This record gives sequence, C-alpha cells and structure tokens, in this order.
Amino acid sequence: MQSRFLSLWFRHLTTDWVTIRQPELKDVPFILVASERNHMVVTAANSLAEAQGITVGMAAADVKAAIPGLQVFDAQPGQSAKILKQAGEWCIRYSPLISVDLPQGLILDISGCAHLWGGERAYLKEIVNRIRSKGYDVRGAMADTVGTAWAVARFGRIKPIIEPGDQANALLPLPPAALRLEPLILERLQKLGFYTIKSFINLKRSAVRRRFGDNFLLRLDQALGNENEPLQVLHPAEPYNERLPCLEPVRTATAIELGIKTLLSNLCKRLQAEGKGLRTAVLKCYRLDGKIVDATIGTNRASHNINHLFKLFELKIPLIEPDLGIELFTLEAPKVEEVSPDQEILWSPEGCGLADTSLAELLDRLANKVGAGNIRRYLPQERYWPEQSIKKAGSLAEKPTTTWRTGRPRPSLLLPRPEKIEVTALLPDNPPMLFIYKGERHTIKKADDAERIEREWWLDTGPHRDYYVVEDHEGRRYWLFRSGHYSDEGSQWYIHGFFA
Amino acid sequence: MQETQKDMINRLQKDILRWQGFVPPVADKPGGIGLGPLESAFPNGVFPVGNIHEMVCPTPEQAAATSGLMSGLLAFLMQKGGACLWISTTRKLFPPSLDDFEVQPDRLIFIDVQREKDVLWAMEEALKCEGLAAVIAEVREISFAQSRRLQLAVESSKVTGFLLRNDPRKLGTTTCVARWQITPLPSTVEEELPGVGFPRWQVELLRVRNGNPGSWKLEWVDGHFVPVDEDIMMNELPERKAI
Repeated sequence: MQSRFLSLWFRHLTTDWVTIRQPELKDVPFILVASERNHMVVTAANSLAEAQGITVGMAAADVKAAIPGLQVFDAQPGQSAKILKQAGEWCIRYSPLISVDLPQGLILDISGCAHLWGGERAYLKEIVNRIRSKGYDVRGAMADTVGTAWAVARFGRIKPIIEPGDQANALLPLPPAALRLEPLILERLQKLGFYTIKSFINLKRSAVRRRFGDNFLLRLDQALGNENEPLQVLHPAEPYNERLPCLEPVRTATAIELGIKTLLSNLCKRLQAEGKGLRTAVLKCYRLDGKIVDATIGTNRASHNINHLFKLFELKIPLIEPDLGIELFTLEAPKVEEVSPDQEILWSPEGCGLADTSLAELLDRLANKVGAGNIRRYLPQERYWPEQSIKKAGSLAEKPTTTWRTGRPRPSLLLPRPEKIEVTALLPDNPPMLFIYKGERHTIKKADDAERIEREWWLDTGPHRDYYVVEDHEGRRYWLFRSGHYSDEGSQWYIHGFFA
Repeated sequence: MQETQKDMINRLQKDILRWQGFVPPVADKPGGIGLGPLESAFPNGVFPVGNIHEMVCPTPEQAAATSGLMSGLLAFLMQKGGACLWISTTRKLFPPSLDDFEVQPDRLIFIDVQREKDVLWAMEEALKCEGLAAVIAEVREISFAQSRRLQLAVESSKVTGFLLRNDPRKLGTTTCVARWQITPLPSTVEEELPGVGFPRWQVELLRVRNGNPGSWKLEWVDGHFVPVDEDIMMNELPERKAI
C-alpha cells in the first residue's frame, strides 16, 4: 500500500499551553525564558510577541527593554516533549502509528486511515480543526514521505495535501531549511546563494556529497522518497491487538460489555487459529474528553476462551468510568503464549487437579477480585527454621524440588511470629513445668524431647532454638521453644504453634 | 413378619430422605470415609460429601484440632486427585503439618482475602467449580440466605465445603449438613513412656440434618482415624489423677 504521512506543526506549542491554562494571557504578548550559559534566553514567544519582532534565541534582557508590558515566564525543561506525547496519545484515535517529532511536531502514519473519515481533505480538516478548537495553533500537511510532509507543514504556501508521487514538485519552491538540515549547512547554502531547493536539487550527487556531507543527501532522499525513514512510534503496535471505534460515544455498561465481547471474539478467533492463548490483556477506552481508561486482566494459563476472558473483564466493567462517552476501544494482548491443547476427557471429571483448566479459570476470577498476590501455594524449601521451610510457588505447574517430610512433627497452626511466654522450668534441658500464655496457666503433663533447630550460620548469627512439643492438663498441645541456651543471659521462651 | 416390617420401615425412611432432596452419596469405597462409628450419625450411615459442613472452633487450640481432623478427611477427599482451596482472612495453618495427615501440602491453594464478605464470594465461586476436592473457608458470620447460596452451589457441583466458624456467639441457623465441634483430649502413651502420644480429639456432632447427633472420641494413628476404646480411657482416668 502507498504509505502516507501527516505532519503536524504546533507553531506556538508551549505558549499555547500556557494560554490555555491562563486565558487572561490571550491578548498579552509574553515569552518563556530559560537560563542558557548564565543568561536568560527566549525559548518561546506567543504570536503577539512574535509580531513585535521577538524570535527564539534572543536575550531576555534586550527583549524586555525593547517592549514594555511584555510578560515573562520561566520555561519548564522537557515541557514540549510532555505536551507532544499527550497530544500524540490523543491522536491515536486517528491513526495507530504516531511519532513525536521534537521540538514542535507530530508525525502520523496515516496509510489507509484517511478513507474512514471520508477522504484526505476531510481527514486533515477534522484533525486540524479539533486541535485548533483546543487552543493550539497547528498546521498540517500530508505527503508520501515524512520529509515532504514536514517541509510542507512548515514552509508550504500553496496546498497542504501533496498528491502521491508529487513530492519533488512540492519541494522545489521551498527554502533549504525545509529539508531538516543542520544550521551550519544552511548557513553555507545561504552564502552560496541557494535560496530554494530548486536551485540545488539537480546538482551532481558526488559534488554535493563532497561539499555538504552524506547527511545532506540522506535528508534529500528521504524527502523525495528514495530512502526509507524509520519512525519511532509512540505506542509500538502489539502484534495482537484489536480496535473498535464507536459510531456514537457509548456510556452504558451494556454497550461496554458488547464492545468487549466483540473485541474478544475477534482476538480469540485469531489466537485460536494460531494455537496461542493470552496471559495478559489490556483494554483501553478512549474517552471523549481525551482521557484513557484502561483495565488489565491476567490469566494463570494461556487462554483463548472468550467466555472465560469475558468473565474476567466483567468484574472490571464497574470500574470503567465512561464520563461523557467512550469513542474507541482497543484490546491488546502484550503477553501471548502457546496453548497446550486440552486433552479430551473421556469420563466425567473425577477430580480437578492443579493442571485442570477449570481450576485455572477459577483462580483467574479470584485473582481479579482479590489480587494475584493473595493466591498462594506453598512448596517445601530446604531451610532450617520452620517459618522459612516453605516458599511460595511461582505457578500452578511448579513441582516441589524437595520432599515435605521432615521426620519431626510440625504444628497445625503456626503463629505468624513467635509470642513470648512466662515459663517455669526446673531442669536445664527438660521441657518446662508450666507456662503462662495470654494470662492462662498451662500445667504441662506430657512433653517430647527437645528438637534443636540451628540458625543458618552462613546467613546470620544468633541464638538457636530448642523446640518442645508439650501437652497441658486439658490435653491441648503446643509447640514451645527456648531461644538460646538455658543458662544464657538472653534466653527467652516463646510459643510458636498449636498441634492438632 | 417382624423382619419384613423392619425392612419396610427402613425403606420408607430412605424414601422420605430421598423425597426431602437428600441424595445418598455413592460410597465408592467400602468403609466410607474412614471415620468409623461416627459415620452412623449421618443419614444412611454415609458421610455426606458434596455438602457443606460447619466446624465450630473458637480457640486456637480447637482450631488446631479441627484442622487436624479436617486434614484427615481431606486425605480421603483428595484421593481422586482433586485440589483443595483454603479461603481466609487471617490464616495460621502451617502447610507442612498436612503432610502428617497424608495430604500433599502443595495441592492446597490458599486464598487470602482482605474483607470478610469476599470470603463468602470466593467460596461460592470455588464451590461452583466441579471437581475440586474440597473448599475450606474461615468465616466469622454467615446468614441463612448466604448459606443457602453456598448450598445451591454445591448441589450442582458436588464439591465438599467446610466452614470454620471461629465466633461461637454468631452461630445462627444455616443450611449446613452438620455442625461439628472438635476439642483436643489428652493423648495416651504406653505406660511409663515419656512423650506426647497420637493426636486425640473429642468429636461432637452438634447437629446433623436427618441424622443422629452425638459425641465420639477419635485418634489419628498412622494415617487412619481410630475410635478410642472407652474402657481403656476409664482405666486410665485414675492414673491421670494421680499425676
């Protein structure tokens, strides 16, 4: 397909931005200044100030002296990049491929987009009018190449839409600055009397290269379309994404549901054909007021089941605020994996083990409500201390790398952290006689011998623990430990768990 | 003639149960679920799987005993390979302990939710998932309507649910098939031997739908529930007093 580009030029980007926020500045000449080599320099001037002869790069002090009543504001570094990025995201409604063109422009790859708005003229008019209605002074031009579109947007006088293949004619009357050249080369061209592109476009290439360097020819070729120009796109298109523009902005939950269903069925059909399934999906809703609301879902296993994925999104619908209305839905699948084909089930399901799809789908639903971090499965870990002897499993498929069996009894309930208890113990290495926990006395009737659990000396140092399984007079069984040796100064008794 | 009358009454009782909507679970293993004499408390003498059981455990000691008994039940329920979900807001269960009850701890999935009402939501969702071995939830309060929702969920999926109730003052009427209370009992060891014996519990069935509530003493020995012989208990009692 013939590629087409639209270049947008925001002539007073930063000053327009200030004016939108402070409407009282509309009829006042003002400039933005920034410090450069220890003196203040004009970085932007609004149209009224420009009309009085102020240009970017002049010293702020001179300008202030020359024009009384001139307002001066500090420029914020990186401001224009930020504004352009926002504007670019807003423009995604017109084309999926947008590139920020610093310092003052945007470039849209509009190949195959314009007919949706009824032709290029209507398309350009729509974009420019809508941006102007927001308060930005913008010029746009379309051409087959980025270079020509850029040049015509800034220097073109005749028409903004360059017909396919007509770049050379459009460029001929333009000044050399339209070719995006370095200031040094521009100066040299000026000295040599090359005031328009027409005057040097037919020179011998070898002669031009010798005098002006490779970059000069590259820019020329890019503008003419002999050389490809890669764009750095704002949102690189995900290989798996779907768009659904709405004829009318939608506001109801039912309409959002319908939108999600349509997008999902398109995406899943594609995934199914390729034998893939998605692990995460992002739904983005472009609202009328320029904001983007998004909802993200994740799955435990790659899935292309429309019903399941819809159920996950269903929980998010109440969180999507349509405000004035949503005009475009996009659905992206940033993480896609191969689907392991489900085995045909011959019998009715006897038990759904960890590998079962319905369990994975159940967990997805739960994870969407309570958060994936709150769903845990534990595997044994070869560490000494009981609270470290388990670790969280990364996925449902992860298998234990070691055995559970420790050979020693472990309590049914383990306190999150050991709690201090008062203890009466008669003999150093015997279990205690009685202990007081939460104000209650427990006389110990039976006890097992101590199990000493050391610290992992290669990780940290400190006292070891001597664990005792004890049973009190009512038959309640506890897990107590003494930290350190009996005779040690800092030894202390703790309760750590309850046995069945 | 006497025999036939007895048979008739038995048959009629079973019919009544069926008409009341009680579906006798198919005991695919002789010997039921391994609870021994306790199973006679349930209708038809079969432990009702695919239903919701309520466990009362106000103190941590009782909770530990309850999780012990329940782990024993899970060992039977999970034999077919199903997974198990444990939903709670404040979980203290220590997974490695399940290994002592012949349950693979890595087949349990723990869901820790922030709010009490999410517990019931999660439990209902989980109970709808066919093929799970069991779903366990720690709930403080549950209304009759909420318990009916859970009951409806299990009726189609045949998943066994356990509700752990840690606040005995909030116990109301529920649709649960049985209400259990498990308290730890002193274990016994062979004479003169030191140490703690096998876990032993007083298992009380406070309420059983269509069944006979009662109280039993059980012990967990080598992967099986063993009913405690009362005579031995009697013999031991004076000895314990002497200590």
